Amino acid sequence: MDAWLYPPPPQRTVSPRLRWRRLADRLFRGAVVASVVVVLAPLAAVLATVIAKGAPALDLAFLTHLPKPVGETGGGVGHAILGTLFLALGGLGIAVPVGVPAGVFLASDRMPRLAGVVRMCADVLAGVPSIVVGLFAYTLLVMPFRQFSALSGAFALAVIMLPTIVRTTEEVVRLVPPTLTEAALALGAPRWRAMLGVVLPSAGKGVAAGIIAAFSRGAGETAPLMFTAFGSQFLSWNLLQPIAALPLVLFNYAVSPYEDWHAQAWAAALVLVVLVLVANLVARYATARRSA
Amino acid sequence: MSLASVMAPVPVPTPSPGRVAPPVPRADPSPALREEPRVAKMVVEDLSAWYGRRKVLHGVSLPFVKDAVTAIIGPSGCGKSTLIRCLNRMHEIQPGAAQSGRVLLDGRDIHGGHLDPIELRRRVGMVFQKPNPFPTMSVRDNVLAGWRLTGTRPKDPDAVVEDALRRAALWVEVKDRLKAPGGSLSGGQAQRLCIARALAVAPEVLLMDEPCSALDPIATARIEELIHELAPTVTIVIVTHNMQQAARVSAYTAFLYMGELVEFAETAGLFTRPADPRTEDYITGRFG
Repeated sequence: MDAWLYPPPPQRTVSPRLRWRRLADRLFRGAVVASVVVVLAPLAAVLATVIAKGAPALDLAFLTHLPKPVGETGGGVGHAILGTLFLALGGLGIAVPVGVPAGVFLASDRMPRLAGVVRMCADVLAGVPSIVVGLFAYTLLVMPFRQFSALSGAFALAVIMLPTIVRTTEEVVRLVPPTLTEAALALGAPRWRAMLGVVLPSAGKGVAAGIIAAFSRGAGETAPLMFTAFGSQFLSWNLLQPIAALPLVLFNYAVSPYEDWHAQAWAAALVLVVLVLVANLVARYATARRSA
Repeated sequence: MSLASVMAPVPVPTPSPGRVAPPVPRADPSPALREEPRVAKMVVEDLSAWYGRRKVLHGVSLPFVKDAVTAIIGPSGCGKSTLIRCLNRMHEIQPGAAQSGRVLLDGRDIHGGHLDPIELRRRVGMVFQKPNPFPTMSVRDNVLAGWRLTGTRPKDPDAVVEDALRRAALWVEVKDRLKAPGGSLSGGQAQRLCIARALAVAPEVLLMDEPCSALDPIATARIEELIHELAPTVTIVIVTHNMQQAARVSAYTAFLYMGELVEFAETAGLFTRPADPRTEDYITGRFG
């Protein structure tokens, strides 16, 4: 058999226009890479610094022990890790039951005027400085009881978390195909049951991702806790007593005059960053699986 | 046979003259068609429907004979889907949707206070164009969804599941993977699962909105067989683009054009001796 005949390869001529396009392509590619570096460099620098300065003071004792009195070396931030988890979970306990239904409501496109108001409130709330949220919780839950408390701290964090939960829930519920809602309604389901039984489970992973994102946002907040949870040197589970939190420990240790507290502040920062990072990665993973 | 005998014993909607051709008496009616007097399970009277300011149905009157298959044919956008969505009040859930006229089920207005939409939709089930099993539920839970989502539970769920899947001709294929997610089935299986889901609550009427348009010919044939098997016990209304399908599965056919009912007749008559020139043009493929 003869070999197949192929047409001759086209002549390579590079027109000036093509040459310009290639140059432009290279320029833009360079610009994009440069902007990525500019964005990532601060994050890398922060992580590197926190790890470099925090790692030396980090050990198991640091994660599990309570603080030692001033003057004694050693001690840890176990109380603050648990306190932060307690406050953040408490905040979720308040924000999720409000935020998820609100997001579902926004996604359902009913009562457009009220929905517009709710959406605007969520956006405005997202823009309120966190210290103001702290003052709000202070006047609402600290002043009347004349007592700093975990409850007021959790409430302040809930206010911080709420907009994130509302908006992400709205977005992911909107992604659920309307044909599913129709199918449920056509089977005779009341709207609320169609939402709870079909739509929300279908959006479940996305909603969970939003909740985790809100968790990591709340866990890292300092300002809302300064006048509410206040901080504590002890392990406490009492809702009505002050409670420790990692950002507060970090703040207090960092402004203290003691060398070893400075080291511990760095270590606390490292723990906090890792906590938030892990939560974000989990959220990422959950969303990626949902869209797959 | 006259249209009036089809409508008995419920009030007969008087079709505007010239719009609805009475079914042409056939020389040799098949035995199936000669038996017992036919009863209208559902009737629409002077039904008009709007989406916002766009009127998509113009005073349609038409009976749906009990335990028979009625096909609704017509070109895209002629109001077929809107018509059947009015039969289980799914039309009104869309924003801006409106309607006038009456829809009767067993002679009673479905918008009357005696029947809420939830009860209505249990009695009048629906299968959609695109198979839409619930992806978060297992095959089994999909079949039971009609019960669960209305806050009820059957006495013997396993029996309900098996019976519904058998009637939907899906049991043999899925009986070993009832726990598999509803989204794991092929297109044709998913559509039969949706039919099983609709059948599980024992509806009296089954509305099918182009149930085969997303399926391959083999899956389509299975669904058509299924329609034949269901017809003796369930009143079926099927919307279809496919005239051969209408001719194959239905006893009665309604031709809708631009929101108007052009012709309603026994299927054999409509396809062999259309009374209206527009029907003839459509079924011979001159437009649509």
